[in-house]
Amino acid sequence: MAVGGAICLAVALAICLYGIAASLHGARSGRRDWVASGRRSVYALAGVLAVAMAILQAAFVRSDFSFELVATHSSATTPLFYRLTAVWSSQEGSLLLWVLLLALWSSAILFLTRRKLREVAPYATAVLLGFGAFFCALLVFLESPFTTLATPPAEGAGLNPLLRHPSMMIHPPMLYSGYTLFTVPFAFAIGALVTRRLGAEWIRATRPFTLAAWTALGVGIVLGARWSYMELGWGGYWAWDPVENASLMPWLTGTAFLHSVMIQEKRGMLRVWNVSLVLATGVLAILGTFLVRSGILESIHAFGASTLGIPFLALIGTMIAGSIALVASRADSLRSEHRLDSLLSREAAFLLNNLVLVALCFVVFWGTFFPLITEALGNEQSFTPPMFNRYVTPLALILVLLSGIGPLIAWRRATAANLRRNFALPVGAVVLVPVGHAAAGVTGSIPALLMFGFAAFVVAAVGQELWRGVRARRAMSRDSVPAALLAVVRRNRRRYGGYTVHVGIATLFVGVAASSAFQSQHLIELRPGQSDRVGGYTIAYERPTSRLVEAGNGRLERIDLGARLQVRRGDGAVRTLDTYKSYFPSMSPGLGPISRFFEGEATSEVGLRAGPRRDLWTAVAPDIGKLRPIIDRGDKLFAEADELTDRQFDALLATALFGLRDRYVQDPPPATFRFIVSPLVTWIWVGALIVFAGAAIALWPAGARARQPATAAGLARVARELERA
Amino acid sequence: MVLDVLLVLAVVAIAVLVIAAPLRSGARAEREAAGTAERAELEAARDAKYAEIRDAEIDYRTGKLSEADWRALDRQLRREAVELLHRLDETA
Repeated sequence: MAVGGAICLAVALAICLYGIAASLHGARSGRRDWVASGRRSVYALAGVLAVAMAILQAAFVRSDFSFELVATHSSATTPLFYRLTAVWSSQEGSLLLWVLLLALWSSAILFLTRRKLREVAPYATAVLLGFGAFFCALLVFLESPFTTLATPPAEGAGLNPLLRHPSMMIHPPMLYSGYTLFTVPFAFAIGALVTRRLGAEWIRATRPFTLAAWTALGVGIVLGARWSYMELGWGGYWAWDPVENASLMPWLTGTAFLHSVMIQEKRGMLRVWNVSLVLATGVLAILGTFLVRSGILESIHAFGASTLGIPFLALIGTMIAGSIALVASRADSLRSEHRLDSLLSREAAFLLNNLVLVALCFVVFWGTFFPLITEALGNEQSFTPPMFNRYVTPLALILVLLSGIGPLIAWRRATAANLRRNFALPVGAVVLVPVGHAAAGVTGSIPALLMFGFAAFVVAAVGQELWRGVRARRAMSRDSVPAALLAVVRRNRRRYGGYTVHVGIATLFVGVAASSAFQSQHLIELRPGQSDRVGGYTIAYERPTSRLVEAGNGRLERIDLGARLQVRRGDGAVRTLDTYKSYFPSMSPGLGPISRFFEGEATSEVGLRAGPRRDLWTAVAPDIGKLRPIIDRGDKLFAEADELTDRQFDALLATALFGLRDRYVQDPPPATFRFIVSPLVTWIWVGALIVFAGAAIALWPAGARARQPATAAGLARVARELERA
Repeated sequence: MVLDVLLVLAVVAIAVLVIAAPLRSGARAEREAAGTAERAELEAARDAKYAEIRDAEIDYRTGKLSEADWRALDRQLRREAVELLHRLDETA
């Protein structure tokens, strides 16, 4: 079926080229039939690419090693779940997933907007199909996922063990959904610029998709952080890795846009700024893909060098040059309708928030590209995490503070009396919380204490807003408190969804601040039966563990060597923690049949005791030095043995490996444990869940009634009075 | 190989049917009515104005605007909304 898959990709490329031509012809001539045909090209593209992906997935499920991609990224011992995800562990599979998601999301959005934006949509369709054509061309000419091998190997190389984590099933599709969804507002912005339809319509029509992109990318980022925390064996969730940074940059500018676009909707202001933010976000989304796929920056994600650098640079260059030219040529249509009424207004708070977010994005951009720039200048220097933190920490503090200030200020103009009334309670919280912490002996990090205070400010501000909204509702309707709360949120989903996101962000930053400032790490060597004290915990190494893990086909997938620990905090209950290291076999032909299990990839499975106050995280590094002589002796026996049948070979190998497994448990060497006690890490994940719940509230479509003015009858009466006057 | 050919033929046939359908339907070949985009822009601006009126009311009810400020703002916003309605009537 590889030929069928390859032809599907060629057909997809042809559909893109046809769709671009049909959309542009329809837009120029005003012919709706051509515009519809162009739009349907996107639907067809999604269908054809889905068939191509299905062919590839089927090859992975069947372990069809005649596909080069399957042979190099999967194996018969890889569990089915991970064989499905292995598709996007490869360069080619990733590109196919990217363009498939682009086509699927574009189809959904063009279908939903098919009766809106009649002038803008054809140009947006052409831009989206332009992206599709670019990625299809890469797949057809440079990185085909359907390359076959003349002599397929008996076994594949297997999936990178680091990627064998459940979140890897969702993380890349969510990240790519975010990237591809961000190209939608980019495409509509280009359409609006070309047609000079730069009013409220394209903004209102595409805002939900921008929010969907923001949410999807956010989910992808958090899943990546969780994977890092649980799988990479270093105990952190964010390392300022270039690929992490690549996903953060469009998220930051997207956040800025989601705020500043409200000013344009309400006041017709900041048109140049908004369109520039949308265009920059689209460029950064492609830049993110470029960083991941090109291998230009050294990172765990950039799996090897590739041939994609130049085409991606050409695309990014075209996007930047085209965007600048379009914005410059439409300056007259982008003039603001109004000016800022007062610095004491929500507009001013949003502007400041935008500047902080863009500054954050610039720091991340600079830190990511700094090593590359210095390398190009002949003096390579790194931009280390402490350097990032130096700039990001104050900006993050301001950002959290602003997310509390925004909800408390009125649009247009606030008065001193209103400010006093609204800020009294939240300011009380911002003072009390750090002082309370300091009084309780939690000192040592002023930024962390400030973050706790600012987060309390946000929670108090949003709580006060909700309470006042509920009170106002009850004054009119006499609803119960829960019913009034529900009614207030339902009628103003965007506002209260946004407030919920602010609470989630504040919660998340509390977790980040506490776990960064007050984390303690310990490296301890223990023998079975020994115990030690770590950060208030008593930890006992109860016994070593070992097991051979079989794959579904009965072959050995990996060897796990680990430890069972008994953990107790103070006089609390004793809990059991298991941690182990998984050893996956190397496919290198030069290695002996036993040693190859210890010379391949290895992953750490952490033992975690998570709680609302702190996490105890541990990873074991078994000392396999004691096993080494036995391994070498076994390899030698195999080498000296006469011709063995496959059956004899398997039986001998099984005996040797079972022997090793039992030896590790019966005569255990000391093991080295890394223990990390991190306060409030759980609140990072809780905060993220609150953020996504808030985004879901804001995304939920408002009913027809909620879209009407609060007092529709009043508006009609005022309209009549104004007409009579 | 036969399966490959059949699959490709089916994919191409379906794609062509989907894409060419609007071109085969003469009824949908009409040109865009002049002023449609103008009207859509005004409708979007009207909806945004409605949202602004409601936001101002919430700001007043949650104590961010005094009654006098809100009444003045509300009157101004309604005047702007009515102006948009007039312009919409003109494009009808």
